[in-house]
Amino acid sequence: MHSAVAAAVAEAHRREWGFVLAATVRVTRDIDLAEECVQDAYAKALTVWEERGVPSTPAAWLTTTARNRALDLLRRESTWRRIMPMVVEDDVVDEPSLDDDEIPDDRLRLICTCCHPAIAPEARVALTLRLVCGLTTAEVARAFLVSEPTMAARITRAKKKIAAAGIPYRVPPAAELPARIEAVLAVVHLVFSTGHTAPTGDRLRRGDLVERALDLARILRVLLPANADVAGLLALILLTDARRATRVDEEGQLVLLPDQDRTRWDRAEIAEGIGLVHDALQARPPGRFALQAAIAAVHAQASSWAETDWQELVGLYDKLGEVWPSPVVTLNRAVAVGFAFGPEAGLAALDELGDEPQLATYGYLAASRADFLRRLGRLDEARLAYEEALALTDNEVERRFLEGRLAALA
Amino acid sequence: MSQYLILIYDDEAAWESAPPEASAQIHQGHTAFAEKNGPAIAGGNALQPTTTATTVRPDGADGFTVTDGPFVETKEALGGYYLVEAADLDEAIALAKQVPVVSGGLEVRPILTFE
Repeated sequence: MHSAVAAAVAEAHRREWGFVLAATVRVTRDIDLAEECVQDAYAKALTVWEERGVPSTPAAWLTTTARNRALDLLRRESTWRRIMPMVVEDDVVDEPSLDDDEIPDDRLRLICTCCHPAIAPEARVALTLRLVCGLTTAEVARAFLVSEPTMAARITRAKKKIAAAGIPYRVPPAAELPARIEAVLAVVHLVFSTGHTAPTGDRLRRGDLVERALDLARILRVLLPANADVAGLLALILLTDARRATRVDEEGQLVLLPDQDRTRWDRAEIAEGIGLVHDALQARPPGRFALQAAIAAVHAQASSWAETDWQELVGLYDKLGEVWPSPVVTLNRAVAVGFAFGPEAGLAALDELGDEPQLATYGYLAASRADFLRRLGRLDEARLAYEEALALTDNEVERRFLEGRLAALA
Repeated sequence: MSQYLILIYDDEAAWESAPPEASAQIHQGHTAFAEKNGPAIAGGNALQPTTTATTVRPDGADGFTVTDGPFVETKEALGGYYLVEAADLDEAIALAKQVPVVSGGLEVRPILTFE
């Protein structure tokens, strides 16, 4: 019984933290106080649920408990003095309803506040993981490989700015919403890409971060069902992460797309992702995430590397380059060109990048050039390019892969 | 409602060398800003250029050092300000976006209130 209750509380922590906190901030108008009350509510759940059973709607129970605690504290003069009230737009309807069935979903307010443009980008990510996902400061610090005191200072500074500068706790008006959602999606995407290919360390993937990104994207999908960019990002995460089991072999060596065992891709995630790509491509023009997801869908639907529809991919990369021009897109397009029209054409497409300064420290350019040269039998040049790629990676798994390729040339 | 100071930073050289039509346009911009946002504007002034600035710093003993020039030398110098009333930062930023600038930008700072 005990472990069942503990598991229910852990599950509610994982799924409902953002909901409960968002609803509590409405009462406290102070993020720190709300966090304290929500923490108390989860602690209380451990004993109360043990005695009375797990409630049918844990989020409502936790919210009511946290709000009651907040109201208790707020009645004390000393606490009133301590807090710096946040600005809430619709003060008029702010008399909180404590009816369990009528707790409004305030998570979009909370997310928009965490990702406000007046907050530094690295702090937006930290606040979102902390406040919406319920990660501890230590966990957020580990996620971004900074020390705990540094992360604590970053989070405290951002919270102070929210209170002192009067960053509003609200969903922005329709005219501003697209730009603000873009900032929110950038945060979710950063969490995902940090987890998908860890910038440093001995593991390629950080599963905890990938799962948090997936949680956030799913929350946004529920909150903004008509938003094509949200559908696109969720699809992109699902379709990319569906390959997780095949990206490294038993020895931890990197396995690239051509050599991955496609029977071990997560078919449920692929099916869900492909369904979302359809929604995501409805926008005109389709957004960056929708096109990236469509590209991932082409790979997911191909039975093998050889069977991949490379011409379709070149077309998608062309469209992606229009809405989101970047040297990395040009590089990936060149790789697709190489498979659609041969390594010679691919190498020519890479040459378009010339001495692109943004790619000077990007190992994939050298690695791609090396690969085309190897396929053309220009082995000396290939060797140099692999050595260049090696010099540019800090990821141990990538390093071993490149060393393997280099050794195979000899 | 809270108060925010909107600080106008601009390139003085660009401002001084601007053709008369351009300065006239900036002046008109300020007039339009004031007309549109009258009730929200609690104060505001343009400043003389930094060539007229004097910096006063305690010398660490019991006196002061008085020097010619602005506190910090920057390409874009503080050239004026508005004190505005706004419900929140978003409203203050919306006001700041309407303040005309030549090539610089605006800084929005909440006023600290003491109880």
